[in-house]
Amino acid sequence: MTTTTPATVTSSGIGTSPLRPDGTLKVTGEFAFSSDLWADRMLWGATLRSPHPRARILRIDLTGAVATTGVHAVLTAEDVPGHKRYGLEHRDQPVLAMGQVRYAGEPVAIVAADHPETARRAAARIVVEYEVLPPVVDGEAALDPATDKVHDAGNLLRHVPIRKGDPAATAPVVVTGEYEVGMQDQAFLGPESGLAIPAEDGGVDLFIATQWLHGDLGQVADCLGLPPEKVRLSLAGVGGAFGGREDVSMQVHACMLALHTGRPVKMVYSREESFFGHVHRHPARLAYEHGADEDGRLVYVRARIVLDGGAYASTSMAVVANATTLGIGPYRVPNVTMDGYAVYTNNPPCGAMRGFGAVQACFAYESQMDRLAERLGLDPVELRARNAIEPGDTMPTGQVVEGPAPVAELLRLVRDRPLPGATGDDLRELPGGVANTTHGEGVRRGVGYGIGIKNVGFSEGFDDYSTARVRLEVVGGEPAVVVHTAAAEVGQGLVTVQAQIARTELGVEQVTVATADTSVGSAGSSSASRQTYVTGGAVRAACAAVRDEVLRRVGRTDATLEGGRVVAAEGVVADLVDVLAAGPIERTVEWRHRPTSPLDPATGQGDAHVQYAFAAHRAVVDVDVDLGLVRVVEIATAQDVGRALHPQSVRGQIAGGTAQGLGLAVMEEIQVVDGKIRNPSFTDYLIPTILDVPPMRIDVLELGDPSAPYGLRGVGEPPTISSTPAIVAAIRAATGLPLKRVPVRPEHLTGT
Amino acid sequence: MRVNMTVNGEPLRADDVWEGESLLYVLRERLGLPGAKNACEQGECGSCTVYLDDVPVCACLVAAGQAEGRTVRTVEGLAEETALHPVQRAFLEAGAVQCGFCTPGLVVAVHDLLERNPHPSEPDIREALAGNLCRCTGYENIVAAVKLAAAS
Repeated sequence: MTTTTPATVTSSGIGTSPLRPDGTLKVTGEFAFSSDLWADRMLWGATLRSPHPRARILRIDLTGAVATTGVHAVLTAEDVPGHKRYGLEHRDQPVLAMGQVRYAGEPVAIVAADHPETARRAAARIVVEYEVLPPVVDGEAALDPATDKVHDAGNLLRHVPIRKGDPAATAPVVVTGEYEVGMQDQAFLGPESGLAIPAEDGGVDLFIATQWLHGDLGQVADCLGLPPEKVRLSLAGVGGAFGGREDVSMQVHACMLALHTGRPVKMVYSREESFFGHVHRHPARLAYEHGADEDGRLVYVRARIVLDGGAYASTSMAVVANATTLGIGPYRVPNVTMDGYAVYTNNPPCGAMRGFGAVQACFAYESQMDRLAERLGLDPVELRARNAIEPGDTMPTGQVVEGPAPVAELLRLVRDRPLPGATGDDLRELPGGVANTTHGEGVRRGVGYGIGIKNVGFSEGFDDYSTARVRLEVVGGEPAVVVHTAAAEVGQGLVTVQAQIARTELGVEQVTVATADTSVGSAGSSSASRQTYVTGGAVRAACAAVRDEVLRRVGRTDATLEGGRVVAAEGVVADLVDVLAAGPIERTVEWRHRPTSPLDPATGQGDAHVQYAFAAHRAVVDVDVDLGLVRVVEIATAQDVGRALHPQSVRGQIAGGTAQGLGLAVMEEIQVVDGKIRNPSFTDYLIPTILDVPPMRIDVLELGDPSAPYGLRGVGEPPTISSTPAIVAAIRAATGLPLKRVPVRPEHLTGT
Repeated sequence: MRVNMTVNGEPLRADDVWEGESLLYVLRERLGLPGAKNACEQGECGSCTVYLDDVPVCACLVAAGQAEGRTVRTVEGLAEETALHPVQRAFLEAGAVQCGFCTPGLVVAVHDLLERNPHPSEPDIREALAGNLCRCTGYENIVAAVKLAAAS
């Protein structure tokens, strides 16, 4: 439980930035992350993974592991008590490999022992005899009917066609381009981890870092062969997520080991294992053709997108729908023909990562917009503004854009920011930094722009709801509120926002946000930029239900709750403490955003998305063109957040998201060769350091979406989407190179 | 083996330590001090930064036996009984904490920076913290927190 006692209501309701209730524990080191947990008689779990991307399992010999002193359990697929497969959308992923492996890193066996090193060494003593098969490692080739099938049903996971307007439209100005996006990792700092404790009723309690407790619950209970009420999940401290905790990782394994041994089992992945333990951002190949008139107004876009989903489905079906339906960007285009494909290969599985399909497409369509501007001799911002969608325009799906859509305004905001001055002679502000690779010679400056679009919430008819339980009671002679949801705080600040909403709605200062767990209904996932919208909406609705009961008790309909009192036009009507003398008031509410529709399978038409969100970036870079080193000098960004419930956290999301887009632009890629990850460490997979991320100039617009709670617009993902193309555009401007692949590496700039 | 060290001013002993264990593991799993974090355990991320005899180190790169007889100060040992250390307060107030997994290591690193350089320039700040990865904040509010702590 985290409790805050703010000084005044006005300083800590929505629209203000009160301190995080978990912040003190986090700065003192006392906050309990999922890897910090401990229980009496606890064992440690370890996982044996396949070294091969594709192989048949001929034989597994557990003898060496079982004979290891300190080992308490060695389990394989035969020991999975319930369903042997799991998956978020499509249950195709074995809990433990059955007869074959489809990616290098697939779990084959699990071990519980009294020390983590003992468990690892015992796992290494398991002998698995494989018949190694040639892996399918190319997404395009996977679509060829002659290619081996990764799964019996074939390699095509989903094809999303979009057909809008005239498929044969022509235009006087045409630009084409083929683009490629590498496989990015969420690289959350807290590795996959959790503690499973067997319960007396034959069930299990799992303390876990996840994005979606109930998403895990359904899969874990099914795989354990237990009724859901015997599997109880509580949210342990989450060390970042970014999509990488939407899928199950060690949840079922830890529970199996705990139920088998009758002892608590903790599993904590190492950093290396973490690279194999969660899905990644889909690598993509994108081919685009843009047709425009002489003024630069878009006439048509034709595109083909292939996303490599890797060995298992995860959320690939939704990712490809996003990439395709958002695939032309926030632009008005009358004629659109697009085909998006998600395919199975024997590469590492891919799924959710911040931006979720919109990232890959944005790099391509924004690169195309720059090429078109160059062809026409137009300013890149002016070209984008001429084509910017406005409310009332239709998306390629036919969905009408409602509410504010300030695309042109966001672009102008970042363009009109003063540019940073020339770099001085401090080595630390030059490409290469203190490596002393240049004193300014060979350094060229470039400026680039990008804008992106993202859907907020789950799409295509998904029943996307959240549940909130709000209790108003008297504690220590004062009115107090407890807010209880299953929504995952992953760092974004949701716990703060939930309390702010309760203070604003109920006029009570003391608000406690209970630990998220599965004893209350689902909140849906902390993903798709949706949690403040949907769980925020649920908390507000539950507060309204509580308030209705307060007003019923005092016999008024025209009063509000302020400062612990019921207040009407004539003044204070009642004190909440007195109203609550009749007992506490508790209400549980399931809240839904407006429904969405599936896409037509032939034309891709349909009102599939809940809400659109937009962000724009301007990047300024210095490039050492001799060595291919890039220093991002400054990023200016602007985003419409509808309403900033916690402005400081909103800016934190924008800065953090922008930095992840920077990573994709110039450094972050899981390098997969012949189906094997070659850089599973923070030594070899680089994420931006404080030296790589520049100062940011952030403009936040609050234009208000009339259909959303408080007018808010999802915040988390848009900043990640457009910073990548803006930075690459700036590097192109500095170097004159076409740069059709991210991340951009030094050798792409030097040609060596 | 047995390892003795003084941690946050208190003499502590860990028994049955396997020789391959790191100082980080002993702090977290044997001495009940999980503040130093296990993000990479290979010296790349700085999340396990602690003082070893007043020198900041990655606890994951120190073998437990190397700490024998020495003094360790962790993030848990920075605050006073009743008040946060100014660096901790600045992180909180500046919004430098999101998921918080990098925070303990950063707090120790900033504590060390301000001991050495009470009024660092922005390039000084960025250079000093280049060994501490944060995945959530984009570092914007971390820089702000250091400036706030330096001004307090």
